Amino acid sequence: MKQHTLCTAVCLLALSACAKEDATLRPGDNDHRTLQEALLTAEPGAVIELAAGRFELDATLSLDVEGVTVRGQGMDETILDFSSQAPGTGGEGLLATADDFTVEDLAVENTRGDGIKVEGTTGAAFRSVRVEWTNGPDTNNGAYGLYPVQVTNVLIEDSRVRGASDAGIYVGQSANVVVRRNEVWENVAGIEIENTTGADVYGNRAHGNTGGLLVFSLPELPVKDGRDARVYDNDITDNNLPNFGKEGAIVSTIPAGSGIIVMASDNVELFENRIHHNQNSNLAVISYLSTGRTYNDPGYDPYTEGVYIHDNEFVGGGEGPNGDFADAFVALAGGAFPDIVWDGVSNPDKLVEGEVPADLRLYIENNGDADFVNLDLGSVFTGGEPKVSTDLAAHQGSLPAVPQPVDLGAATGGAP
Amino acid sequence: MALRSAPPAALALAALALAGCAAGEGGSGQGPFARYPAKLSTWGLFTGELASHIPAAGVEPYGLNTALFSDYALKFRFVRLPEGPGGDVRPALYREEGPFEFPVGTVISKTFAYPADFRVPEEGLQPLETRLLVHEEDGWVGLPYIWNAELTDADLAIVGGPLEVSWIDAEGARIEHTYRVPNANQCKTCHRTDGERVLPIGPQAAQLNRNFVFTEADGSTLSENQLERWRRTGFLEGAPPAAEAPRAPVWNAGRTGSVDERARTWLDINCAHCHNLKGSGRTSGLDLRKGHRNRTRLGVYKHPVAAGQGTGDRLYGVVPGKPDESILVYRMESTHPGIMMPELGRGLVDVESVALIRQWILEMEPRPEA
Repeated sequence: MKQHTLCTAVCLLALSACAKEDATLRPGDNDHRTLQEALLTAEPGAVIELAAGRFELDATLSLDVEGVTVRGQGMDETILDFSSQAPGTGGEGLLATADDFTVEDLAVENTRGDGIKVEGTTGAAFRSVRVEWTNGPDTNNGAYGLYPVQVTNVLIEDSRVRGASDAGIYVGQSANVVVRRNEVWENVAGIEIENTTGADVYGNRAHGNTGGLLVFSLPELPVKDGRDARVYDNDITDNNLPNFGKEGAIVSTIPAGSGIIVMASDNVELFENRIHHNQNSNLAVISYLSTGRTYNDPGYDPYTEGVYIHDNEFVGGGEGPNGDFADAFVALAGGAFPDIVWDGVSNPDKLVEGEVPADLRLYIENNGDADFVNLDLGSVFTGGEPKVSTDLAAHQGSLPAVPQPVDLGAATGGAP
Repeated sequence: MALRSAPPAALALAALALAGCAAGEGGSGQGPFARYPAKLSTWGLFTGELASHIPAAGVEPYGLNTALFSDYALKFRFVRLPEGPGGDVRPALYREEGPFEFPVGTVISKTFAYPADFRVPEEGLQPLETRLLVHEEDGWVGLPYIWNAELTDADLAIVGGPLEVSWIDAEGARIEHTYRVPNANQCKTCHRTDGERVLPIGPQAAQLNRNFVFTEADGSTLSENQLERWRRTGFLEGAPPAAEAPRAPVWNAGRTGSVDERARTWLDINCAHCHNLKGSGRTSGLDLRKGHRNRTRLGVYKHPVAAGQGTGDRLYGVVPGKPDESILVYRMESTHPGIMMPELGRGLVDVESVALIRQWILEMEPRPEA
């Protein structure tokens, strides 16, 4: 508008007078206003520094300025407490919708919905952040702790999430993702990589969740067909917590005692993980069809194709099979679940002379004395009798083309 | 049509910017907002007592057939178009679907107010906030203004905030409520309907195609179709006669459309600004715009994605014939921040609209294969 053009020069002067050092924000009388105002008026690239202490927040914080870093004094020092979050103020603790967002060294506690959500951007880094529902597992806790969705270039490191009623760390419909050195416990799902292309997930500790680590591809979403995940050097232990998710969400169907589940994602490499004492199954590879859930999405590929499981350490686990697959297994074979469970479902349209092509197969090698079962549910789906098999010989070898390491570039610290 | 020359002189603005810098009172006037007037009156949209909302010359009031629910607040909408080089108004361009294309310089204003008593809604109106959408060279900007206690003016309040309000509802019951003014980012959350640009939502052909009672300069009143008036006064270019333009039903007026038509229109204006293929709700795969017939995208037998506790232990967005098994209804009936939909702009349950959506689901054909 004309008056703004006229005033530009003068206003710029005024603005420069306004430009100030990145002052540290402290808890006070109206923490939401203090923080939200800083987020609204930040210059691109600004660092918003939060002092130690507890910020009491009655409304969602939102950020829409590029390149901003929100930094506290440590995940046990600077706490954003959303216990008093009011209706109509947003569905999460902190929502960022601008590129190159970094949040680090702070905690987000007791959001009514999700913890920290980043939506539809390029460049998001979560570093040394804690998201916690301090009452522990509860159906009424928020769904996700750290929640980038439709983001390209994601780094989540050295963070901790507890109590999420869906997934502690949830990366959805994203690309180029590194999730490393995090600890997730007492969530329904510890870490979920969903409909995502290119993910390196390593050095994490997932324990005491219902399910430790999920690599999923789900239907009826705008970004489909996750692929190219490398899951390595993780500790996936004792994920035996009773499922406390609300029915309806996919994770509410996950049997307690699930270590790692790969479902409908393609080209996944799992290696050098320590997968211990997950009492339903330590590692399951299944197609979406085996969930029995219906869908209406012609563009969706429900098959899990190209999985390479090698050099993992399995200890215990499988001693309390429960859930649909377990029922099928117990009915068919009985006893404890082997370390590696495959539903045995392949895309019949892709068979070449009755064989699954080399790049779409399940490969299993060098996993110590880990045992295995192929439930052959594919035969059940076509009305036949399943030929349950524990023979690993058919799965020797390695993926012709393993996923490449994720390169995040410089924007998020050049990880890995 | 003469346009009142727009608000502030450069000096006044600069002073405002400096004041905002020092104070930050109510979250006004810092950073990218420093350039905007701290007072609503400075925009010159109204004459006389500001709270009376008497439009200045060149400012047009308008209404919608079916509007967004905002905790039962009454809304008073105005638009001012900029002048062209010849001093004439620069018209908006007609679009059959979606908002009209308004020229740079357009200001759209919406005041939220409660009457003291909804049984006499025209009396004792108390404005709470006025939201502006200002069309700048680089796009639309949303600005919330909160009215002062004396109701003499409203102050720019980019962080929004809670307001304690009270009224007597249509049944005669006293309601006490904490009304939430959204912050300037939240303007974008709803108005960034295509995922990229902030855009107006209400002023579109189907919503404006209705009569409105205009008060003329001489005090006389005239009931006129808004599209016809905008055509007549040069506010709108390229529009067909109103009879040939689409017309949205009024959600709570049965004579204006079937239950399906009214429910789809209600969902379109209340949900589809996020839940379309490009808006911020796109990640859920739910598309609540009117006019398409893809039942899965409408939520029918569609599993939730990121609803978390918002499922309410229900399996699908919409189960035909079964509103009590439909997540859509569960979330409309909630005021829990982690469950409720919409997430922003309401803290109360829209009881009457829930009834409409329940009826819509109840009457919906089950899927043939079920």
